[in-house]
Amino acid sequence: MELFKVKNDIPFMSYGRLTTAISLFTFILAVFFLSTRGLNFGVDFTGGTMMEISYPHPADLNQIRHTVDSIGLKDATVQNFGSSRDVLIRLPVRTGVTSSQLSEQMLTSLKAADNTVSMSRVEFVGPQVGEELYENGALALMLVVAGIVLYLAMRFEWRFAVAAVIANLHDVVIILGFFAFFQWEFNLTVLAAVLAVLGYSVNESVVVFDRVRENFRKMRKANVVQVIDNAITRTMSRTVITHFSTQLMVLSMLMFGGEVLHNFALALTIGILFGIYSSVLVACPIAMYLGVNRANLISDIEKKDGNLKEPDPSEFA
Amino acid sequence: MNRYPLWKNIVVVLMIFLGLVYTVPNFFGESPAVQITPAKNSAKLDPELLAQVEGIFKQENIPFDGIYQDSRGIKARFNNTDTQIKAKDVLQGHLGKDYTVALNLLSRSPDWLRNLGAKPMYLGLDLRGGVHFLLQVDMKAALDKASERFVGDFRTALRKERISYGGVTREGQTVQIRFTSSTELEKARKIISKEYPDLTLTEKFDGENRLLVTSLSLLEQKRIQDFALKQNIQTLHNRINELGVAEPIIQQQGADRVVVQLPGVQDTAKAKEILGRTATLEIRMVDEEKSDAATLEKATQGQAPLGDEAFKDREGRTILVKKNVVLTGDYITDAGPGVNSQTGQSVVNVTLDGRGARIFQQATRENVGKRMAILLIEKGNTEVVTAPVINEEIGGGRVQISGMANTQEATDISLLLRAGALAAPMDIIEERTVGPSMGEENIKRGMHSTLWGFAAIAIFMIIYYTLFGGISVLALSINLLLLVAILSMLQATLTLPGLAAVALTLGMAIDANVLINERIREELRNGNTPQAAIHAGYDRAWDTILDSNITTLIAGLALFMFGSGPIKGFAVVHVLGILTSMFSAVVVSRAVVNAIYGYRRKTIHVAIG
Repeated sequence: MELFKVKNDIPFMSYGRLTTAISLFTFILAVFFLSTRGLNFGVDFTGGTMMEISYPHPADLNQIRHTVDSIGLKDATVQNFGSSRDVLIRLPVRTGVTSSQLSEQMLTSLKAADNTVSMSRVEFVGPQVGEELYENGALALMLVVAGIVLYLAMRFEWRFAVAAVIANLHDVVIILGFFAFFQWEFNLTVLAAVLAVLGYSVNESVVVFDRVRENFRKMRKANVVQVIDNAITRTMSRTVITHFSTQLMVLSMLMFGGEVLHNFALALTIGILFGIYSSVLVACPIAMYLGVNRANLISDIEKKDGNLKEPDPSEFA
Repeated sequence: MNRYPLWKNIVVVLMIFLGLVYTVPNFFGESPAVQITPAKNSAKLDPELLAQVEGIFKQENIPFDGIYQDSRGIKARFNNTDTQIKAKDVLQGHLGKDYTVALNLLSRSPDWLRNLGAKPMYLGLDLRGGVHFLLQVDMKAALDKASERFVGDFRTALRKERISYGGVTREGQTVQIRFTSSTELEKARKIISKEYPDLTLTEKFDGENRLLVTSLSLLEQKRIQDFALKQNIQTLHNRINELGVAEPIIQQQGADRVVVQLPGVQDTAKAKEILGRTATLEIRMVDEEKSDAATLEKATQGQAPLGDEAFKDREGRTILVKKNVVLTGDYITDAGPGVNSQTGQSVVNVTLDGRGARIFQQATRENVGKRMAILLIEKGNTEVVTAPVINEEIGGGRVQISGMANTQEATDISLLLRAGALAAPMDIIEERTVGPSMGEENIKRGMHSTLWGFAAIAIFMIIYYTLFGGISVLALSINLLLLVAILSMLQATLTLPGLAAVALTLGMAIDANVLINERIREELRNGNTPQAAIHAGYDRAWDTILDSNITTLIAGLALFMFGSGPIKGFAVVHVLGILTSMFSAVVVSRAVVNAIYGYRRKTIHVAIG
């Protein structure tokens, strides 16, 4: 079976203006939602207590709210989680109260109200720890970006490195934009997904850039635009198939992974879908605008290999 | 050109074989077991113990499936939980308090696999249920406490040298000693600087008195903090041993934090209580001179005379004790419940260390006929357990504390005293608890995600690339096999995000095969012969695969460095998965392709869809 039987190269670069405009628009939209709505950070980052409890029968949320109120925890949020039998209770950080005792106290009162309740999960994060996790998360993000830029600059050229990173940060911002717009909870697992997407999307750019470099060597007569168009067209099939396969796996996580992996899988889904587009249609135009050409790539190759082999004439595409 | 040298084929077969051996233990499941470890961490395991435990089982008629000894203790497996619990009770009865007997789950994998070091993957708390605590040690309190100890030490030292001083007080972490004459101050300075060379000494004049101010040098502060942390970890070890948890993890994290992980612990309230307990014993003198009815009445209302404190005893009577502490629980080496042979009352027998014994002997000698109060300080509440009259000087460091309500209380208090006090209070700053059913649920979720995702990819790949798709799926399953094998071999902690990483890594790893397959198709389209196309496809795809995997690896490593807890689990699996995928997708799949096509003289058709 073959889905992509393309005879002639698709002139992707001539749509450069359009694709860049679309990216810019979605990017600005994402930034807008991020700044107006902000991320709905989970207890991992804000600190606080999160309790997941379950009942053998559908839970009576009002009853639970009443119980929670009765022990003086008015600022708690009570909501269903996944199914009608599972309930999530969230408490913000409160100064002066030893939060570690809070969950015990709550469970005792809930048991008194209905002793069929069972505790599935408790997460308590002190405000100080939350802050550290937040800082470490930001640090990890910066380290990934720096590491990728450095590696690509070494392996290719700085123009490619910058283009790839901009394209992929664009993905990250869009994922965050979605999380801000829908107010999905952003926790440590989602952060892991975002960073994984960052590494994964760069893959895409790398594959295309690899082809661009190869083409510069082979297609001596072609200009930059033709070289890039050919590279994208020739790798398009692979890009779509790979993303589709990864997406199959992520879909399976979305369906079977339960609530804990739900947002993780969501972040990956958005990242993968936008990754297809951005790593090709954003990274390449940027690399082109930055002025990538045969000279700066080939000299790079010559330096590395010492002497450049004369290309076989039959290999001219 | 598409033939592997023999050694390469052997490497591939060997890797797969090793992968199988180390993956297999994961399929045997677990059976209920008990684990016997020495109660004191430092104690060596008695080599006779194994035979002894077997003997106990025979004697009590407890059937067991297997028993063996490893570096940490003895483990025995049973075929049902009833026998397991019975065995635990019987063993605890026979072995006494020197050993901790904990319930556990053990892999049913055969002995020869275990001897090879092949164990099932180590499941994190979110997969097996349990509690994770991050505790912060209050270092300021540790320094305060150390300074407080100097107050007493200075008094004794100055008194011994007959130096007259106005008073010793603690202000934060400095200790001030007042003198009226500067000659006495000089004498004191000499003694203190000789006995405590790590303290910084300064002089002050407050208008009336000359003050000698001692403060902790940075080095000394660091030493005290290190000691406090070590002591706290030791105390936690002891307490957790008393809880009977199999495979607890207690580790230092950073300069002032301790991680405690208790797999399988359900009663989190009890765990928190035991961890947080700061019970300690203090022995102080009762202030007999001021203990008249009027003063006691006032003291009950919170107006104790200067230098005294009022506490209630078990009957609710107010007792006035001096602020000066004769002895603290730090000097206790052992404590156990007992019965007083004369009165038949429950008592706690306490053994003091050498220094404690000397102090106690001196205090009892100087205070014959007076009452001595034994205070138990727990969770900020101080209670006078008993306040007996000292009949004679007590030497040898063996002290009997009467006043226990019953044997249970005697046992509880001795446990608390034995387990030791914390050198500094600790706060729980992070807690993650996962119930056992949730753990099982999480495993199921992770497994289902991986398996269904894998199945979907397999079907798609085979439809799209036919035989080559099949080879890619084979490579992917070998990737899974190797990944599970490495995780089992390293005993890296597998968490739910880790399981997600297994799924995700497989989803990403197929990329390498897609790259290769697409490349082969392209070469075929360009009119190359099948053999040349296969060769070129693998060769050209390799560079790209390497580049793209290294960027993913960078992201994985950053996550590993800065991630904590569950994220670290994700990163470990992700990074390992990338490495195994490079091997399986390129080397293994090539070996299979070579085996199929490499020996055909004339290949007319390559089954790549």
